[in-house]
Amino acid sequence: MTTTVQDQDRQERAANATIERSAAYYRLKADVEDFYYHEADLLDDRRFRDWLELLTEDISYFMPIRRNVKFGQQAARENTKRGEGISWFDEDKWTLTKRVEQILTGVHYAEEPLSRITHMVSNVQIKQVRPDIGTARELDVASRFLVYQNRVEYETYIFVGRRNDTLRLTDAGWKIARREILLEQNILLAKNLTTFF
Amino acid sequence: MPLRNDFDQLVDIKGGFISREIFVDADIYRQELDKVFTRAWLLVGHESLVPNPGDFYTSRMGEESVILCRDKKSEIHVFLNSCRHRGMKVCRYEQGNTSLFTCPYHSWTYTTDGKLQGVPLHRTLYDGVLDREANSLVSVAKLCNYKGSIWATWDNDAPDFLTYLGDAKIHLDQALDCRDGREGGSEVIGVHKWVFPANWKFAAENFLGDTYHNPSHRSVDLIGIGPSAAAGKKGRRDDELEKAEHVWISFPAGHGVHSAIQPEANEYTESFLDNPILEKYFRHCFEERKRRLGEGARLLPFVGTIFPNTSYHGRQPRGLCAWHPHSPTSTEGWRFFLVDKDAPKEAKEYLRRYYMRYSGPAGMTEQDDMENWLYATAASTGTVARRYPFNYQQSMGAYVTDHPLGGDVSKQVTEQIARGFYRRWTTYMQGGDWHELLGSPAGNRQAAE
Repeated sequence: MTTTVQDQDRQERAANATIERSAAYYRLKADVEDFYYHEADLLDDRRFRDWLELLTEDISYFMPIRRNVKFGQQAARENTKRGEGISWFDEDKWTLTKRVEQILTGVHYAEEPLSRITHMVSNVQIKQVRPDIGTARELDVASRFLVYQNRVEYETYIFVGRRNDTLRLTDAGWKIARREILLEQNILLAKNLTTFF
Repeated sequence: MPLRNDFDQLVDIKGGFISREIFVDADIYRQELDKVFTRAWLLVGHESLVPNPGDFYTSRMGEESVILCRDKKSEIHVFLNSCRHRGMKVCRYEQGNTSLFTCPYHSWTYTTDGKLQGVPLHRTLYDGVLDREANSLVSVAKLCNYKGSIWATWDNDAPDFLTYLGDAKIHLDQALDCRDGREGGSEVIGVHKWVFPANWKFAAENFLGDTYHNPSHRSVDLIGIGPSAAAGKKGRRDDELEKAEHVWISFPAGHGVHSAIQPEANEYTESFLDNPILEKYFRHCFEERKRRLGEGARLLPFVGTIFPNTSYHGRQPRGLCAWHPHSPTSTEGWRFFLVDKDAPKEAKEYLRRYYMRYSGPAGMTEQDDMENWLYATAASTGTVARRYPFNYQQSMGAYVTDHPLGGDVSKQVTEQIARGFYRRWTTYMQGGDWHELLGSPAGNRQAAE
């Protein structure tokens, strides 16, 4: 329960924050965008094991279910919560690794033959920098995604939404420590979620 | 080409052939909505979704939106979610608490027991005499709160829910009862809702005891995602049924289950090895259940479908599914995930994570199911394909009728359950009376011979 309140606080702070648009900010933002483009390439080139390397060992990867709620209750009730009940994804590195291993068996029929997928990332904004812009070690970053999936012959899905990430600088460069994926759908309009976001 | 109205020809139980038409044809689908979905008992939800007076949860019956609601006096109702004036949905929220449902269109309002309360300009435009009673929200004919799960039917003549369940009851019970054998006590910890392009009957049949489709889950079995996977165990669940005798049962009302009977020396099989607290907890539950239920504890549920479109997973994972018809070739899947309400926090935390990685459109096991149902439906729409019925000849005649569990009991993987399901589906489509719909084992066998 405590985590939830902290989550909300953190999200609200992140949403309200604006960092001064200095040259240092734009340099950092360019790095982050480059990181995201690289990530998209790994996923779309089906280099799933390499993609796992971009995740910290303690990653929390979360996609809530979005619900239709009365006006005024969006903040409290629209999205299912990380760490509580059932969401589309509420995963750690172990589960994500299992998902990759499953695709690599070659008999995961929901991804065999592999889907053709393109990840587009846009609207990148750095919301928080820790400890400061000059020596950033950890960032909260907001972005939008458009994921196009074509499967076998005629199956096509378009997933659109927002991502709120925490990126951490490691010896191997930036890694994703925390990802929240807000898919703009209530009832999932796809038979499966076999891709990563 | 068989005549569309001749359901006996479309569903040839004796020969073991079922026409693809019933999985793709638009006319047959329209008839199903009327003849099956307005008569049979359907799963609507669970009492834990509406714990307090004024709580509501919007659900579906067939293609239509309904409101599951607990009124001010704490009585549970199910109403059609459609204003009596011009039909607008009176509730477009999934869940919440209210004292009134207000129609957005002309502002008619309804109380939580479905009564029409407010009609704007009632005195001037309706002379103050509009019959409020006759314009209440349309209520289901019958409703049953069965161990927390809420079921309803639109048919006044339908038998009570327990009669409808028949001998399938003790199998469903074990999905709804506490792990330690106490009756009921479950709660819903979340609901998946998604649309997939397949006929609803593929999903219903998958859970009837189609154990034969196991090879399609080879990928999860290879990598291991079960409750002992981190401890190195392969497979998608633990081995608690490895010494059990498996039974596949077709019940006369169309229900079907795959359950297991533990040996007389009913010993605990190590499970949940990823976490010693859970291992201890589930061992305790096993022993308690044995103590409470005695011989009855030897029966463990696996999966089943309650006719027509409610399925359950009994243990690993555990939940109820409603396969709502959406069109001849699409279905809206709803999965209600269950835990014991008073289970320790660690157990609930573990189970929710296990359920998410196993089940539904993001679940590593069930993604492969959806792939199968989609392409089976799509490939059955072809003009030539529709000339060739599906083969349902597996394990013909390989069942006994005198087993204490009732129904047609098979000890081997069988399509007898599917044959029983479609036999009963045919009775609904032919407008059978409730005596025929509930079936009798003798009558069914006669029809098959």
